Amino acid sequence: MEHGHGENGGHVVSYRTFVGVWLALLMLTALTVAVSGVDLKRLSVLTALAVACIKTSLVLGIFMHLKYEDRIFKVMFLVVVVTLAIFIGLTFTDTTLAR
Amino acid sequence: MAVDVAGRSHALPDYLNHRAAYSGILSWVLSTDHKRIGVMYLVSQLAFFLVGVGLGFVMRLEMLTPGPTVISNPAVYNAIFTVHGVIMIFLFVIPGLIASFGNFFLPIMIGAKDVAFPFLNLLSWWLFIIGAFVAIASLFTGGLPDTGWTFYVPYSIQTNTNTTLALFGVFILGFSSILTGLNFVTTVHQMRAPGMRWGRMPLFVWAIYATSWIQILATPVLGITLLLVMLERMLGIGVFDPARGGDPVLYQHLFWIYSHPAVYIMILPGMGAISEIIPTFARRTIFGYKFIAGSSLAIALFGSLVWAHHMFTVGIGERAAVIFSLLTFLVAVPSAIKVFNWVSTLYRGSIELRPPMLFALAFIFLFSIGGFTGLMQGALALDIHLHDTYFVVAHFHYVMFGGTGFALFGALHYWFPKMFGRMYNEKVATIAWALMFVGFNVLYFTMLLMGWLGMPRRYYDYLPQYQSWHVVATVGSWILIAGVLLMLGNLLVALKRGEKAPDNPWGGVTPEWSTSSPPPVENFEKTPTFTGGPYDFPTEVAR
Amino acid sequence: MNHTATTGGGAQAALREVEHHFDYTGRKLGMWLFLFTELLLFGGLFVAYAIYRHVNFADFHTAAKDLDLVLGTVNTVILLTSSLTMALSITAMQKGNRRLAVWLVALTVLCGLAFLVIKYFEWTAKISHGIYPASPELMKLPQGEVRFFGLYYAMTGLHGLHVIIGMVLLTVMAVVIARKPFRVHSFRVEDAEEPLAGARPAIVDAGGWPLWKGGVIDENVEHLSVVVRLKPGPETIHPSDYVSLENAGLYWHLVDIIWIFLFPLFYLIT
Repeated sequence: MEHGHGENGGHVVSYRTFVGVWLALLMLTALTVAVSGVDLKRLSVLTALAVACIKTSLVLGIFMHLKYEDRIFKVMFLVVVVTLAIFIGLTFTDTTLAR
Repeated sequence: MAVDVAGRSHALPDYLNHRAAYSGILSWVLSTDHKRIGVMYLVSQLAFFLVGVGLGFVMRLEMLTPGPTVISNPAVYNAIFTVHGVIMIFLFVIPGLIASFGNFFLPIMIGAKDVAFPFLNLLSWWLFIIGAFVAIASLFTGGLPDTGWTFYVPYSIQTNTNTTLALFGVFILGFSSILTGLNFVTTVHQMRAPGMRWGRMPLFVWAIYATSWIQILATPVLGITLLLVMLERMLGIGVFDPARGGDPVLYQHLFWIYSHPAVYIMILPGMGAISEIIPTFARRTIFGYKFIAGSSLAIALFGSLVWAHHMFTVGIGERAAVIFSLLTFLVAVPSAIKVFNWVSTLYRGSIELRPPMLFALAFIFLFSIGGFTGLMQGALALDIHLHDTYFVVAHFHYVMFGGTGFALFGALHYWFPKMFGRMYNEKVATIAWALMFVGFNVLYFTMLLMGWLGMPRRYYDYLPQYQSWHVVATVGSWILIAGVLLMLGNLLVALKRGEKAPDNPWGGVTPEWSTSSPPPVENFEKTPTFTGGPYDFPTEVAR
Repeated sequence: MNHTATTGGGAQAALREVEHHFDYTGRKLGMWLFLFTELLLFGGLFVAYAIYRHVNFADFHTAAKDLDLVLGTVNTVILLTSSLTMALSITAMQKGNRRLAVWLVALTVLCGLAFLVIKYFEWTAKISHGIYPASPELMKLPQGEVRFFGLYYAMTGLHGLHVIIGMVLLTVMAVVIARKPFRVHSFRVEDAEEPLAGARPAIVDAGGWPLWKGGVIDENVEHLSVVVRLKPGPETIHPSDYVSLENAGLYWHLVDIIWIFLFPLFYLIT
């Protein structure tokens, strides 16, 4: 297709924003390591995963630019996440697994 | 629909006569033209199909009598059905209509010059060929894989046969499928010509779009699962092997998480082709365009939720069994919607029973039987009885062969003039069709009954009470094969000596019929613009 | 494609009008779709992990203690930092600073290397303690721990492979960025303003480096016609076409994201 050059998304994220996100990621890492030392029983997995999700959202949204992309990218990403959730969730209905 | 192109002056050479950078065979195997790639897939797939048919022929010969008939070693029989399955599934039905006709017609049907990533497209074909050869090489380099195409653990981990190589071949094939899916989704999103909005796209394109998503999302799970089995064989990694603490049922879950959606990869493009053929030969717009388009997406979604219905008898918990059984019943609904809509399209249509239409009508009949017998197995109590019998074998041959196979042959007869610029002998095609239809039902309906009566699948030997059924089925296979050979022979002859085809021999109204037969390299003389509905038939169309 | 230009500046502009199949959104979309397949690839392993962990909760807990939390955390910080440098390189490129972009990409690769070095030490430590697939030591451990380590090697191994692939990809990117953007085959000039006899036509790039030199022109030549054919040259990355770098960056960030999940699931469940 004959699209001209230069139509390169355009949106520039500043160096500053990236460094800020990086600092947030480091703090979240510190948080999750600290929390792992505390015995929360079953909740510890959930907290660890929750923090991982937040870190991932930052990387996805800002480092990977997803926040600034067309909506279709976000919809597709959601489809993927839901698909994976379904695969894991429905497999879990098989309670006889892995005894 | 109304397609505005700069007339059909045939000033441009068609893609078959285009002077490419290379000559001879290189002009094909190094071509990034989606049409040539589509033809290469078609030819390769048909070649592999014939190999698979040959293996099936031998299997049916063997089953003429209990005990050894033409094969003295039962292990060889196991290897034959394994290879028959691997070849038919991975090298014929999964690439099916999408790799061949999808490649050829997707860009044309949206008014584009090619797919989004032509080089990646060629790479996909090469991966297909390489994967095929690696898988086939496993037949010759050490014991033939005998695990069945499903490679269940622990046997696939323990068997001394050359399973690792076969697994690796399938792994490579998976990449081919993934890259094609990725290419097609991007193409549909990005390369539609002016006026080709989503609601105007031919239904074949909708089918390809939905299928491409399944290829993208489900195939990687197969990839990792097979990779893990390879690692278990080579390094003893212990994820599935019960001897090392693994759970073999987990393997089955992961395997079927891909392999069930895979059957929708197989059937959706076929259904898309049927949705193209029927309006043309009923001279009516399709009934319920939105529902057919939507049902393709619904099948892709629901089809990803039902995988454990392949596992009802391996010991999954009752809760899981009930849930998956319910979901299995739900997935039949969108397929049924399509069947109702096709039949409704026929109602009060001006029906022409030419070869493509014959295949399409046969498809509806055969796929319906396949679908019903699938539903029957979705019922837990019935499945206990039917699992691993010939009933299952018949069911999947009805949907994969009667379904995708007949759809592919129908598409072949529909689009042959467009792709190659030649007409074929329709009388011979009709006879071939009749032989195939009769032979198919004699072969596989008999298997339904045989399975109901308890004949197990993948068995080399059997009790004498099944013999007459087997004989009938084998005779059916001969009639079927005769039909297949006649059909392909007829088309082969037409390539060389067929009458030159007009641009629109059938009076179709989708974009491919508004360009020359065969199309020029860039598909249209000028980028087309589209208006009107996707299947608007004027009362008279000049042929 | 034939193009004409009369001046150097015009030549640059004309050269940009080449019909190369360039759909920025399409290229990005294709890459995201590929990333989705990677997510599902690892997803299969996460399914296995989720099931086994659910059943062998205590054993996973015990086995996780065997992993070095400090090294794991350091590796996490390294990868997060590498994502930073990767993202910064895109901004640098957007601001036209190709040199900075190359340095940042190189730094990203170095972070990857550091990650792999640490992983190497972790693995060799485990192996020297007899904890590796199918080892007799491992088989003596309870079932859950065997499963834990099977998944550990499979998942961190596959992840490590992706780190290597990413490093190779980014190294190539760095080399390409450093390269000159355009390749010219030949050039056409119409209506020369000065007499051409005795001159030798040449095309030079912005730095004065000759890209092409023709033969000496004899007298009475008024028009010089040399056909420019811009071959679809090797990939270029420069401030108006850097989608390849972005896509490579996306791949690298994905590698980071996978580790963001692997880290708690293997190291933090103690």
